[in-house]
Amino acid sequence: MKTFYLALKYLAVTLWSAFVIFPFLWMLSTSFKSQNAVTGGATWIPWAQFEPSLAGWKSLFGGVGGINIVKPYINSVIVTGTASVIALVLGTLAAYGLSRFTFRAGPIRNADITFFFISQRIMPPIVLAIPFFLMLRWLGLLDSLPGLILVYVAALMPIAVWVMVDFFNTIPRALDEMAWLDGCTPVTTFLRVILPNVAPGLVVAGMFCLIFGWNDFFFAFTLTFTQTQLLPVSIVALNSSVTPWWSLSAAAIVSVAPLAVLAFVVERFLARGGLAGAVR
Amino acid sequence: MWSRSKTADLTEGRAPALRFPAPVSAWPASHPEGRIPQAQTASRFRRIPVYRQKYIFLLPGLLVLIAVILFPLLFTIRVSFSSWDVYNPGLNNAGGAMYARMWDDARYWEALRRLSVLSISTVLIQYVLGFALALLVWREIAARRFFRVLFLVPMMTTPVVMSVIWRTIFHESLGPLNPILDAIGIGAQPWLSQPGFAFAAVMVVEIWQWTPFMFLLLLAGLLSLPSEPFLAAKVDGAGPIRTFLSVTFPMMGAISVGAILIRAIEASKIMETVYVLTSGGPGTSTETVSYYIYIRGMRDFQIGYSAALSLTYLIIMAVALTLIAKALMRLMVRGAQA
Repeated sequence: MKTFYLALKYLAVTLWSAFVIFPFLWMLSTSFKSQNAVTGGATWIPWAQFEPSLAGWKSLFGGVGGINIVKPYINSVIVTGTASVIALVLGTLAAYGLSRFTFRAGPIRNADITFFFISQRIMPPIVLAIPFFLMLRWLGLLDSLPGLILVYVAALMPIAVWVMVDFFNTIPRALDEMAWLDGCTPVTTFLRVILPNVAPGLVVAGMFCLIFGWNDFFFAFTLTFTQTQLLPVSIVALNSSVTPWWSLSAAAIVSVAPLAVLAFVVERFLARGGLAGAVR
Repeated sequence: MWSRSKTADLTEGRAPALRFPAPVSAWPASHPEGRIPQAQTASRFRRIPVYRQKYIFLLPGLLVLIAVILFPLLFTIRVSFSSWDVYNPGLNNAGGAMYARMWDDARYWEALRRLSVLSISTVLIQYVLGFALALLVWREIAARRFFRVLFLVPMMTTPVVMSVIWRTIFHESLGPLNPILDAIGIGAQPWLSQPGFAFAAVMVVEIWQWTPFMFLLLLAGLLSLPSEPFLAAKVDGAGPIRTFLSVTFPMMGAISVGAILIRAIEASKIMETVYVLTSGGPGTSTETVSYYIYIRGMRDFQIGYSAALSLTYLIIMAVALTLIAKALMRLMVRGAQA
């Protein structure tokens, strides 16, 4: 009976692993195909089933049937990186304030402000798309990197606040009080005493900002046209009835590869129990 | 004891310089004066009274959020009472005309019903699968860290990019899925050209993409559980199923509610998968609310109408999610304690 359970367990794990890997294997294989190999029906193994070609990979730098993804790639790195850092700084400051001090404005209390921050995740992007479009046009920031960064900061900050409030709440207040007694101001207390203690939280929050920023499509899609395309937008632009599957697959691989590495980082935090605070 | 000049000597580098931020354990006892020296940054903030300094933390973020989100939202409310479109751009007073039009718009309500079915069913499936996977790699399995990493990978990938890949997988004559189904005897299916199958395809992609997130939250919860109740269950001779029902599941109640809610919030916004995979088709059979509003607002440029649609959508979703949250809390947290 015990071996039966064990076999069942490994079977389930293997099946799900196959489901997870399936699209990745498919796109890896397709990225080495030529047009003939694609239109000949589904094949998987190079040399045995089709003659491999580097056309898809070459088309990443421009050329026929492909897209030059170098510039969108750089744009994506700039926007995601800058917006994540700004969102993390603003979000961490706000989270510390909300976790340590009492704010009051009429009936509004700390819990309400925290809820206001976090509840922004409920807002469907489409609700804000048109006002954002008009606002950026009014500011002259439509189709530009600063405009996108501004929007992404607002979209990512709730994540940073959500993760950091929990982390700050796990740090005992006695630590702050000791620092105050020793002559620190609230700002220096935060910078020298509390911040070094929430480094794991910063990593977790930063990681989530990167994931959600890099993977966002909608705002980049509605707020840019030709000047500042981001990576997902330029890849989806390839999607049509006559999609060049080989270029698409190659572009998809270079687009998802950098963040897939983050899975290792997340797993390390899981093993050490560093994510428990974020769940509660 | 230590004099001022002695401290100055320290900073001149004859003795090892003190580094900041100092590790918590290193101060205050280890420091000559029993207090942290004030650096340049401190003096700047000294001018603001201490009780006001709390605003330094909160206000920057709050003001950015208010400027970027609250004002556009108020603007949307105003726009929803105008009939702004391609022919009459600008704000006018149309009263509740747009809301009256929405009331009779069957396509909108149909999209709302479809979104509810899609999000509730995918989130429940994700919860069951995510919980099962988390239990599988929780402990007592070889190479569990490898499987954990593997199971997490899909949530790190860009949804639209993977949806484009899935579209090639679902391709009826050239994609790899139909040959596989053929080989195991199920037979080729019209994945993206029949309404029911297109809906199933969207569900499959959503499940592939987001089960890992559910898995992550639930596994983090499982790993944070105390070990004593499991020892007690073992001592009492409970089998694996009994242990799960009486120990694991009740202790995971609050975490489950949190994970389901986070996923439900994200699922209520589904649109990118639909846009890439089916473009709402065939016909309008896979259109979600977000996608329908996108068509009205960004494609037909009916700004006033789409503002009315999106505000209604926001309110319905906020109310629905609050009700779901309350119901889940009652069901899973209090039920477990009783």
